[in-house]
Amino acid sequence: MVDETDARLSEETPSFFAPRRKQLLLGHRAIVASALSTVVIIGGLIAVFFLAPGGATVRHFFFNPHDMWQSLVGDHKQALSSVGLGLLINIRIFLIAEVFILAFGLALAWTRMTKSPVLMPFRILAIIYSDIFRGIPVLLVFLLIGFGVPALEISFISSQSLAVYGCVALILTYSAYVAEVLRAGIYSVPHGQILAARSLGLTNSTTMRRVILPQAVRTVIPPLLNDFISLQKDTALLSVLGVIDAVQAGTIYQDLRFNSSGLVVASLLFLAMTIPLTRVTDRLIARDRNRRLAST
Amino acid sequence: MNEVILELDSVVKRFGDNEVLRGISLDLHRHEVVCLIGASGSGKSTLLRCVNLLETIDGGTITLFGQSLTDVRIDPDKVRRHTGMVFQSFNLFPHLSVLENVLVGPVRALKRKRSDVVDEALALLDRIGLRSRCDDYPDRLSGGQQQRVAIVRSLAMKPALLLLDEVTSALDPSLVGEVLDLLRDLASTGTTMLIATHEMNFARDVAQQVVYLDGGVLVEKGTPEEIFSHPQHESTRLFLERVR
Repeated sequence: MVDETDARLSEETPSFFAPRRKQLLLGHRAIVASALSTVVIIGGLIAVFFLAPGGATVRHFFFNPHDMWQSLVGDHKQALSSVGLGLLINIRIFLIAEVFILAFGLALAWTRMTKSPVLMPFRILAIIYSDIFRGIPVLLVFLLIGFGVPALEISFISSQSLAVYGCVALILTYSAYVAEVLRAGIYSVPHGQILAARSLGLTNSTTMRRVILPQAVRTVIPPLLNDFISLQKDTALLSVLGVIDAVQAGTIYQDLRFNSSGLVVASLLFLAMTIPLTRVTDRLIARDRNRRLAST
Repeated sequence: MNEVILELDSVVKRFGDNEVLRGISLDLHRHEVVCLIGASGSGKSTLLRCVNLLETIDGGTITLFGQSLTDVRIDPDKVRRHTGMVFQSFNLFPHLSVLENVLVGPVRALKRKRSDVVDEALALLDRIGLRSRCDDYPDRLSGGQQQRVAIVRSLAMKPALLLLDEVTSALDPSLVGEVLDLLRDLASTGTTMLIATHEMNFARDVAQQVVYLDGGVLVEKGTPEEIFSHPQHESTRLFLERVR
């Protein structure tokens, strides 16, 4: 006989309908709901901008089309720097720094992972290095390098331009981050890959170059791109050294014309620079995720 | 009997306090196939890894072609170039095509010219019927196909000895046959193999010598007939009963 007290299945007919309130957000109604909420939220934000007590002032001092254009192109005769030309400096520093950061970051990651007894001191140095440069605010690194190194009065090293010091500050800081990202990628490669490579008789370094790194880099491309997006933005710190980049040009305009529209222009230019990279990164992350889902 | 190429003498391996191999002695002759059987954790895989120097031993000696592998002057990379190893989990390189997987050993380890090796690699892939898939990436292949490519990747190094670590254990039952057929084919053409396996019928067919391990101890070794039909030890009998 079946035990009557437990192990009995319910004989009621269950109902699967959502409660009425939740039904408003289901099916084609969902589209209506999302359109409605978009209009309300975005419209609200725009309304705040226009109706705020100081709205007119802000529009005049930050979003004045005339001043925005003037600051973008600059004016030689009146010693007005161009925000647009300033951005070219940001871009140039970004591109140069990027290459060095990848190389130096890889060297750091490699050193930190080495098991060679001879390289032991370098391993300790690499650990200290990444602790230091991930711990000091980038702004301070800029100030210390930019004003400290020239003060050393070493012939070649101390006579570089401020843009070079800024670039070096970025390289020093971001290499520490990139090294950690690369290291995580290297550790994410399954151990079986190393065993397979070594059992074929590949040397340690060939295994690293031909088997581990190609796989590691593929997995860390999205986080690496994230770091490069913030690197793009942090080139703005060049301005604290007095380099006339986009931000500094906007500040000069502000000082001479008592109007901050140049800073908004700089912001817009930075957005134009970072958004494409952000989109690419998001796409890569989505693709990576799809591949992972497909393979399981 | 052919010459002895691999000689294990009282090999001991410890992981911390855990003694995984407790004095294993074993000879392997050229063209011979030896199957290691025993429960998971009996030390089969560790034994194979020690031969390939993926693990270092804590006692005893392993002699390969008359050279003691415990000698400090031994270059492990050179040893591994002559001892192919195939793993339970295939471990094909996912970022390389099937052909590149087969080429990577000869080109990167032996420093042979790519153009000299391509034909050999394609012939090997032809042998397993996967030549047409040479440009595919491993994730496009079935498990059985991947494992056969992994075996061929080892063969491309022309090893003197092939070590196979439970190469069918991660496969769908329906795909085990094709991999075992390839191993039978290799055995019939005189490939020297040391095989850790759970496939008893296969071991009976293909091995000249079957070795039963239990808890890191070599309990019994003999011909397939001796081990499978007339096991001398109680633990061997029990093990064979359980897997049957």
